[in-house]
Amino acid sequence: MELQTMVTMLAEGFLKSVAIFSLTLIGSLPLGLLVAFGRMSKFKPLQLVVKFYISVMRGTPLMLQLMVVFFGPHYLLHIQTGSDYRFVAVIIGFVLNYAAYFAEIYRGGIESMPVGQYEAAEIMGYSKVHTFVRIILPQVVKRILPSITNEMITLVKDTSLAFAISYAEMFTLAKKIASSQSTLMPFVIAGVFYFIFNYVVAFIMERVEKKMSYYR
Amino acid sequence: MNDILTMKNIQKSFGDLEVIKDISVSIKQGDVLSIIGPSGGGKSTLLRCAAMLETINGGSIAYGDKQAAWTDDNGKVVYAKGKQMKEIKNCFGLVFQNFNLFPHFSVLKNITDAPLRVQKRNKDEVMAEAEVLLDKMGLREKADAYPYQLSGGQQQRVAIARALALKPEILFFDEPTSALDPELTAEVLRVIRQLAEEDMTMGIVTHEMNFARLVSDHLIFIDGGIIVEQGSPDEVLGNPKMERTKAFLNKLEQ
Repeated sequence: MELQTMVTMLAEGFLKSVAIFSLTLIGSLPLGLLVAFGRMSKFKPLQLVVKFYISVMRGTPLMLQLMVVFFGPHYLLHIQTGSDYRFVAVIIGFVLNYAAYFAEIYRGGIESMPVGQYEAAEIMGYSKVHTFVRIILPQVVKRILPSITNEMITLVKDTSLAFAISYAEMFTLAKKIASSQSTLMPFVIAGVFYFIFNYVVAFIMERVEKKMSYYR
Repeated sequence: MNDILTMKNIQKSFGDLEVIKDISVSIKQGDVLSIIGPSGGGKSTLLRCAAMLETINGGSIAYGDKQAAWTDDNGKVVYAKGKQMKEIKNCFGLVFQNFNLFPHFSVLKNITDAPLRVQKRNKDEVMAEAEVLLDKMGLREKADAYPYQLSGGQQQRVAIARALALKPEILFFDEPTSALDPELTAEVLRVIRQLAEEDMTMGIVTHEMNFARLVSDHLIFIDGGIIVEQGSPDEVLGNPKMERTKAFLNKLEQ
């Protein structure tokens, strides 16, 4: 197989990896905030349920979680899943997993805010929602940005775990080509793709951090 | 003149610790009340109770004729709710010891955001008033600066402007100069004095005795959760009657 053919095939897989990455972020960043609220809730039962959810998501392999999400409906609920379900399962698995990590990052950021910011907002008559959206959250985002970047970089590499349920993203394809052609080349190419992807992610996030450095 | 703030038989405990045992105090319109006393004596807590940042365990609080909190027949404290509470919270402002400016807002936005977003007032009007306030605080050229770029004294003056922008009937100060070095303290005190001359109603917790003597109409000395002594600043500071007041003032002079 020619090098160019390999690159073209892997590039297609790469687009799917990018899709996993993007949809996971779009889903898990907002969901993570909701989970963080649940985790910090004064309503004990909710807090305990959320705590359990987070510990399961962080305490078991993502690869295993993907399998459960993909095969679960069939084996546990006897539901016939369609052919599109493979990709849906990947996204559900990733979003649920990453939301747990993001939730803990949000919680750390929110709890690190000085109480004086809340008191000042309360004295000035801001509603609870206004206080959070206008005063607290913008400052939290700035504080947690380095941790978010970290998770995003891990996520780029984690997309390869979709391999576990044979979703045809870049790594799955690389392995397929490598074994059929008896060559290491696809892995090298995939490695370069991952590296460039992460380089771009780091570059963009650095720009975002710079943009937020107008205050301390 | 009418009482702007009336606090009666206030009690406040944190767990088993009784911080305020029984304090009654009121502030008339245009008056300045200073609260002095040793650390841990309950003076800041009293101010925070007045500002609804702490919940009282007994007694009553009223702003003008609006009841904010009262004790019912079963001895349980009840707070006003909803719209009524909102109106009450509009009556007062508070300047904190460590400023608590919003670091992600410029100086101007710190001052105008709440009048615009919370009070929903006309933008041109709010902007014009903010300019006047900045002028008054000597911060005209700092409108676009961010809090971290300012000295402590400048930050505190922004905090005062921010509180005044909401047009409170009474302004509380919780040790407004305790986080500042002497030079910066002077510039903040000058501003507060100017407000006193303009008949702004104020309640000030302070350690600056000379300042308290200059600005206040009434002075109370709090220790151990009660008012030990009160009166005009000259009476309390110049000729204290109680042993505890004397001991406290002597210690400060040393």
